[in-house]
Amino acid sequence: MAILDVRQRSGYLFLAVMLGHVILISAQVNSRSGVSVLESVTFGLFSEVQRGTSTGFGGVRNVWSRYIGLRQVEAENATLRRELDDVKIQFQERRALADRARGLQALLDLRDRSNLQTTAADIIASSPSPDFRTMTIDKGTLYGLQPDMAVIAPGGVVGRIVIPTLRASKVQLLIDRNAAVGALIERSRAQGVAMGGGDQRLRLEYVSETADVIVGDLVVTSGIEGIFPKGFTIGTVDAVEKSGPSYKRISIRPAVDFSSLEEVLVVLTPTPIHQAEGSPAQGKNE
Amino acid sequence: MKAAGILLAIALALAAQTTIARYITSGTVTVDLVLVVVVYVALTSGSVAGLLTGTVAGLIQDSLLSTGLIGIGGLAKSIVGFVSGIVGTQFIVSQPLPRFLVFFVATIAHQAITIGLSVVLGQQSFGTPYAAVAGEALVNAVVGVAAFQLSELLPGAVERRRMGKSRLRR
Repeated sequence: MAILDVRQRSGYLFLAVMLGHVILISAQVNSRSGVSVLESVTFGLFSEVQRGTSTGFGGVRNVWSRYIGLRQVEAENATLRRELDDVKIQFQERRALADRARGLQALLDLRDRSNLQTTAADIIASSPSPDFRTMTIDKGTLYGLQPDMAVIAPGGVVGRIVIPTLRASKVQLLIDRNAAVGALIERSRAQGVAMGGGDQRLRLEYVSETADVIVGDLVVTSGIEGIFPKGFTIGTVDAVEKSGPSYKRISIRPAVDFSSLEEVLVVLTPTPIHQAEGSPAQGKNE
Repeated sequence: MKAAGILLAIALALAAQTTIARYITSGTVTVDLVLVVVVYVALTSGSVAGLLTGTVAGLIQDSLLSTGLIGIGGLAKSIVGFVSGIVGTQFIVSQPLPRFLVFFVATIAHQAITIGLSVVLGQQSFGTPYAAVAGEALVNAVVGVAAFQLSELLPGAVERRRMGKSRLRR
């Protein structure tokens, strides 16, 4: 019966015998590298198994290590975020210091140009009320500050000191509705009085009907009120309205951005009028 | 019983191959009695028997007589035995001429496989032994056909001898 089975499967038997012979021959034949062909083929096949096993194991190990790595990365990420926040804060501090240095340098340049005796002061507070445009600086009578001393910035005139205390002073800004400063048009030398309106603009009043004023003219201090040195920039004319022969309204855009001021200079040098009268002059305080 | 007979035939063929074969051949013409036995068994007993006979006989011949790789002769004789068995079952090879052709072609195929494998495996350089192969095929075919004739005549001769003896007694 078994023989019959074998005969029915003679093809398989033939293949098995052939395979056996091939293996037998291969075991005796050396390849070009001097290794037995059987060993070479066996090793080649087994190496593929090893490769597959290694690849599979490597994949599992990679997944596991990445999972572990992710957990570590999460903690590391949090640490790095904290460090980044610290660095950002440090960067902002450095940038602020740089900005402050630039501002102080500008003030220093202004003091050198003006030949005035000045002292620098930091702005420590400002009034948000539109009715009273004031700010507080960190210098007072201890540093020689007195009422009606002019306060200037690299961009132009800021205001005047109204209330000095020992270590601080209140400064009335040009844009305060009770502030006024003698002004003249630099181009035509037409004179007037620049007055605050409580907003971000100034009005140029008391201008002669024959005066030549056009939009874009630079307005500077005239020094006539005895507070502000002559020739300091107040702003530029940004609107001119005439009603008949007379000027109905002349609007001035201040040269100083009051909202971004950080440091100012207080002019300690008495103006010629101060020197003549021996007492501080009064600005417009109505 | 049959397997034992086949093994005995292989043993006799090997013995004859190593002893008396040299007397019946000359020059480059040789005879492969083991191959004759393999083809004979395949034609009489089928492809599986031819396959197994070729395997056993070839491996023994390789191990005893060959100085090259063991297995080349076994492989060649296995293929020849298997194919000869198929031929024997698919075609009528009961006449001397078809048997002659089978032995002849089987010998050529055996030599082709042996030489081809040896060349491929870099074992020997055979050149172009067409005459030797053809001579061996011729001798093998003659021996094979003779073996068939003898095996078919021998039982009849014994029977006739027995019958002749019985007539004499009467």
